[in-house]
Amino acid sequence: MKLAIFLLALLPLDRLIYLAFTDGLGANPIEFITRSTGTWALVLLCITLAMTPLRQLTGSSLPIKCRRMLGLFCFFYASIHFVIWLWLDQSFDLAAMWNDVLKRPFITMGFLSFVFLIPLVLTSNHWAQRKLGRRWALLHKLIYVIAVTVILHYWWHKAGKNDLQTVSIYAVVVFILLCCRIPWLRNQLTKLKLS
Amino acid sequence: MTYQDPYILPSDITPQAVYEKRRQLIQAAAAGSFGLALAPWFSREALAANTQTLAATPNPLYLGKDDLTPMKDVTGYNNFYEFGTDKRAPAENASTLQTRPWTITVEGLVKKPMTFDIDALLKLAPMEQRVYRLRCVEGWSMVIPWDGYPLSSLLSKVEPLGSAKYVEFVSLADRKQMPGVNSPILDWPYREGLRLDEAMNPLTLLTFGLYGEVLPKQNGAPVRVIVPWKYGFKSAKSIVKIRLTEEMPITSWYKYAPNEYGFYSNVNPAVDHPRWSQASERRIGDPKGVFAPKIKTQMFNGYGDQVASMYAGMDLKKFY
Repeated sequence: MKLAIFLLALLPLDRLIYLAFTDGLGANPIEFITRSTGTWALVLLCITLAMTPLRQLTGSSLPIKCRRMLGLFCFFYASIHFVIWLWLDQSFDLAAMWNDVLKRPFITMGFLSFVFLIPLVLTSNHWAQRKLGRRWALLHKLIYVIAVTVILHYWWHKAGKNDLQTVSIYAVVVFILLCCRIPWLRNQLTKLKLS
Repeated sequence: MTYQDPYILPSDITPQAVYEKRRQLIQAAAAGSFGLALAPWFSREALAANTQTLAATPNPLYLGKDDLTPMKDVTGYNNFYEFGTDKRAPAENASTLQTRPWTITVEGLVKKPMTFDIDALLKLAPMEQRVYRLRCVEGWSMVIPWDGYPLSSLLSKVEPLGSAKYVEFVSLADRKQMPGVNSPILDWPYREGLRLDEAMNPLTLLTFGLYGEVLPKQNGAPVRVIVPWKYGFKSAKSIVKIRLTEEMPITSWYKYAPNEYGFYSNVNPAVDHPRWSQASERRIGDPKGVFAPKIKTQMFNGYGDQVASMYAGMDLKKFY
């Protein structure tokens, strides 16, 4: 099952590679790859956030077993997204990169999201989990902050062209997933399972 | 006369039937708001649009050294929100645009207000081919051989009054033909504007074709302007009205976000868009390949010799 999910999560990358070899990335391939990997990082973030409510609803432990892998895939696509920006937009010029981060709020949010993901990735192993104990759970609540900064990143990017339809859908999904963390709603979810 | 591009080998050119994606066009039309009944009519339109060449004489002053952007990119990657916000949407949706009958009404502060039929406009002045750089405000650019003649040829026919200071362009906004007009993204119809001296500048081209063919619908058929030293959105598409005014027109993007899209919107690498730098641009279809570095954006998109004098003494950071 985990293998199947692993292969599924690789499909967006397979698709990009396939399109690259069949001249299918359109007139602006860099933009296409940037947007595609950004979107898939967000989708995987949403799926990762859906695992806990799913466990509460179904009682199955499978969602929690897959959660780390899904989170790592979110980081994988976010890394491609980030590296393309650093390489092809900023040409690895760290001063220019830093200017961009400070000057443009949507870049600030994207950058923060990526930076916040790093400690979660580094502590995603059992060793760190044991070592950090209770603090591990607290640290990993950072994902809720990331969910918000990611939506702001996407929203402010689209706001300039008044093209908010798609990002609104993601905002609603993230909002619902975060609401599932409210204790009262969490209890309701657990009750739903029992009935 | 057929357009002979000096830079592209015949073998480089994508077959027309492929880039037009005829079948997809027909399917898209059939699934559209007009319903299945009109599908044969649409398919006829789409096929007919494939073969219309436009006779034009290359103007040697505007050949340039830049590599031309492949036609499939010029006609497949467009911002034309009347047909949707995705870059591919105009090519997919614009088949519903009816380019005949078509008229442009020229009115306002002119001695002789007139309505021109599109077929009369095509014969109003000698058709030229000019290769211009196109710089989008989003940070990408193309190099396109346009076919048209200076807008001044049209404006001089209507004799602007001394009080006329600005020219406003109004694009078509018909819900039946343009699905994007149903969404409230902009305050339709699309409006753009130039100062009268900008409109009369010899570079400002009233445009009817590209690559020696009648303007594809997704590129603003049947008639648009091209203002190559300004960001692309200043070059209004599918124009139905031109109005000469004393007051600066409130243009669509200015109305939406005045701090982001100024009236002038001259290409200027020194004045950043609030959300991104304008110092460099990505050339679409760059022959150096997908991972080619961005190129430096030029002041006035490289047309400073012809246009900089119009802005002498102006603070271009203020009048962005």
